[in-house]
Amino acid sequence: MSIPDATEARQDSAEPMIRFRGVTKSYGDTESAAVENLSLDIARGAITVFVGPSGCGKTTSLRMINRMVEPTSGTIHVDGKDAAGIAPSALRRSMGYVMQSSGLLPHRSVLDNIATVPRLNGVPRKQARERAAELLDVVGLDPAMGKRYPAQLSGGQQQRVGVARALAADPPVLLMDEPFSAVDPVVRSELQQELLRLQRDLAKTIVFVTHDIDEATILGDKVAVFAVGGRLAQYDSPEGILRAPVDDFVAGFVGRDRGFRHLGFQPGAGVPVHPVQTLDPAELADPAVPVQGGWALAVDDGGRPLGWVPASSRETVTSPGQLVPGGSLHRRGESLRSALDAALSSPSGLGVVVDDNGAAVGIVRAGEIFELIEAARLRRGKALHGSAV
Amino acid sequence: MDYSSDNVLVQMFEWLTAESSWTGTGSIPQRILEHLGYTALAVGIAALIAVPLGLYIGHTGRGRVVVVSGAGILRALPTLGLVFLFVLLAGIGLMPPIWALVLLAIPPLLAGVYAGISSVDRTVVDAARAMGMTELQILFRVELPNGFKVLFGGFRAAVLQVLATVSVVAFISLGGLGVYLIEGTQLRDNGRLFGGALLIALLALAVDLVLAAVQRLALSPGLRSRTRKPANHRRRQPSPAGLAEGTTA
Repeated sequence: MSIPDATEARQDSAEPMIRFRGVTKSYGDTESAAVENLSLDIARGAITVFVGPSGCGKTTSLRMINRMVEPTSGTIHVDGKDAAGIAPSALRRSMGYVMQSSGLLPHRSVLDNIATVPRLNGVPRKQARERAAELLDVVGLDPAMGKRYPAQLSGGQQQRVGVARALAADPPVLLMDEPFSAVDPVVRSELQQELLRLQRDLAKTIVFVTHDIDEATILGDKVAVFAVGGRLAQYDSPEGILRAPVDDFVAGFVGRDRGFRHLGFQPGAGVPVHPVQTLDPAELADPAVPVQGGWALAVDDGGRPLGWVPASSRETVTSPGQLVPGGSLHRRGESLRSALDAALSSPSGLGVVVDDNGAAVGIVRAGEIFELIEAARLRRGKALHGSAV
Repeated sequence: MDYSSDNVLVQMFEWLTAESSWTGTGSIPQRILEHLGYTALAVGIAALIAVPLGLYIGHTGRGRVVVVSGAGILRALPTLGLVFLFVLLAGIGLMPPIWALVLLAIPPLLAGVYAGISSVDRTVVDAARAMGMTELQILFRVELPNGFKVLFGGFRAAVLQVLATVSVVAFISLGGLGVYLIEGTQLRDNGRLFGGALLIALLALAVDLVLAAVQRLALSPGLRSRTRKPANHRRRQPSPAGLAEGTTA
C-alpha cells in the first residue's frame, strides 16, 4: 500500500499519537477481512475522522485502538507504546470513549455516570463528583441535571453526558463511534459545533467514526475514507478529499453535492453585503409604513430576522405570524457555502447576513457569490496549470 | 379440641384464636419460626450454588444449554418423593429433607440470576468495558444492579416455592406449619387442618410483601419503570427547534 509513505511525508515532525502498521482484522474463516493491512498515522491534538459506508471496517479500526477488538495481525502504537503490551482495562481508561447509543449506566445518576472512570482510577467519590459537576457545565448542561438518571434525559442531553463522561479522567485520546448519528439533525449540528468549541480549548487527539461525509468534513482536521472490505481509500484533509477524490469510490462516496460542499472551505468574507430595509415590530404593525423595493425584512426588537414582507401584500401582513418564512442565515465570517445557501433558500432571493448576536446586518445575492466562486476557480487554475482554464 | 359449631370456618377461627394454639410446645409462633428457618436454610444453600453459577453463565454465556436443561429436569422431580428418597438413603435428620428443598429452589434461582444478568442491555455492558472496567467490575457494578429486578424475581419465586413445600418436612417429624396439616388429618381436627393451611398461605403472602418492599428499596431510582421527569423540567414545546436541548453556551 502506497498511502502510508505519502502520509508520513506530509506529517509534521511531531510523533503521531496513534500509529497503525499493517493492521488486519479478519473474523473466523470468512474470506474477506474486516480491516485489510491498514497503515495510518493519527496526529496529536487533531480530529481524525474515519468515514465510509457500512461494513468498511471504520468502527472495527476504532475499536482496535483501545483493544475492544484485537487485530489479527499488525501493530498499533499509542503514544509510542505498543497497545498489545498494555493491559486492556488500563489502556481503555486512558482513552475517553463515546458511542452511538449513549451507553450511560441506567442505574447511576448523571453525576455518577460522569465520575465512572475517575472512580475506577481511585479518585475519592466527593472529588470525582465535583469534577463531574464542572464537566456538566463544560458540555453545556444545567448542573441541576446531575441528580437525574439517564432515562430522564433527551437523546441530545444523553450524548452530552456521554462526552462529559469521556472527558472526566482528562485522557489525551478520545474515541468517538458515531456519537451524533442517533439524534435529530438540528441537535446533531449543535453537538458538532460544541465539539469543535471544546476541541479548541482541550486539543485532544480525537478519532471520530461516522458514515456521514458532511459530518466528516465539518469536524475533521484529517479524513480517512474507508472502502468496503476494510481498505483505506484516501487519507487527506477534508478540502483535499472534496476537491480531489483519488478514485471513483471516493468520488462516489463524497457524493453529488461535493462541488457545493467544497464551498464550505472558501471564506465568505469577500461577498458584498448590501443594506436591506428592516421593519421592527412597531413598524410591522403599522400598514402605513411602506415596503421599498420588492421585500422588507421583519426583525424583532433585538434586530434578529423574523421573516419577509412582500411589497405586494404589505397591507395584510402586519404581525409576525403572517410573514413569509425566511431561508437559512449567513453568519458574518462563515463560508461561501453558507452565503450561497442563505441566498438560494430565501424566498426573496436575498440571503440574510447576521452578526454574532444574530442581528441582521444586510443581504447577499446569489449572482455576486457565483462571480466570486468563478474568480476563485480562475485563480486556482492559474496557480495549478499556469493558465486560466 | 372442642368446637362450638360443625362449620369448618367457625372451627378454623376458634382454633386460630384459642390460647392453647399460641402457647407451649408446638405453638403457632414456634411453628412459624421453624417454617421460616427451614425455608431460609434451603434457599440459602440453593443460593450458594445457583447464584455464582448463574452469574457466570449470564456474564459469559457459556454452559447455558447444559444448565438450563439441567434446571428443567430438576423442576420435574416430585419433591415429596425426593424427601423420602433422601431420608431412605441418608437416614432421619435435618439435612436429607433440606437437600430435597434445595433441589427445588435451584431452578428458579438459577433462571432468575442467569436471565437477570443476560437481560442487561449489551450496549451498556460494551460501554462499561470500553471505559476500562474489568470483567468482575462489569459483573458487579453494571450487570448485577441493572439485572436486579429480574434476578430478585427469581429469588422471590424460589422463596415462595420452598415456603409452600417446606410443609413436607413435618412427615418426618421436623416441625414447621406442616405439622398442623398432619395432626389435623390424623385427629380429624378440621379447625387445626384448615387453620394450618390458612397460616401457610398468609405466611407466604406476608413474606412476598416484605420481599417486594425490599426489592423496591434496593432498586436504583434510575431503573424504576415509572421514572418521572420533574414537573418543571418536562419536555418543552417542539418549537423553536433545538432550544429545548438546554444549550447554555
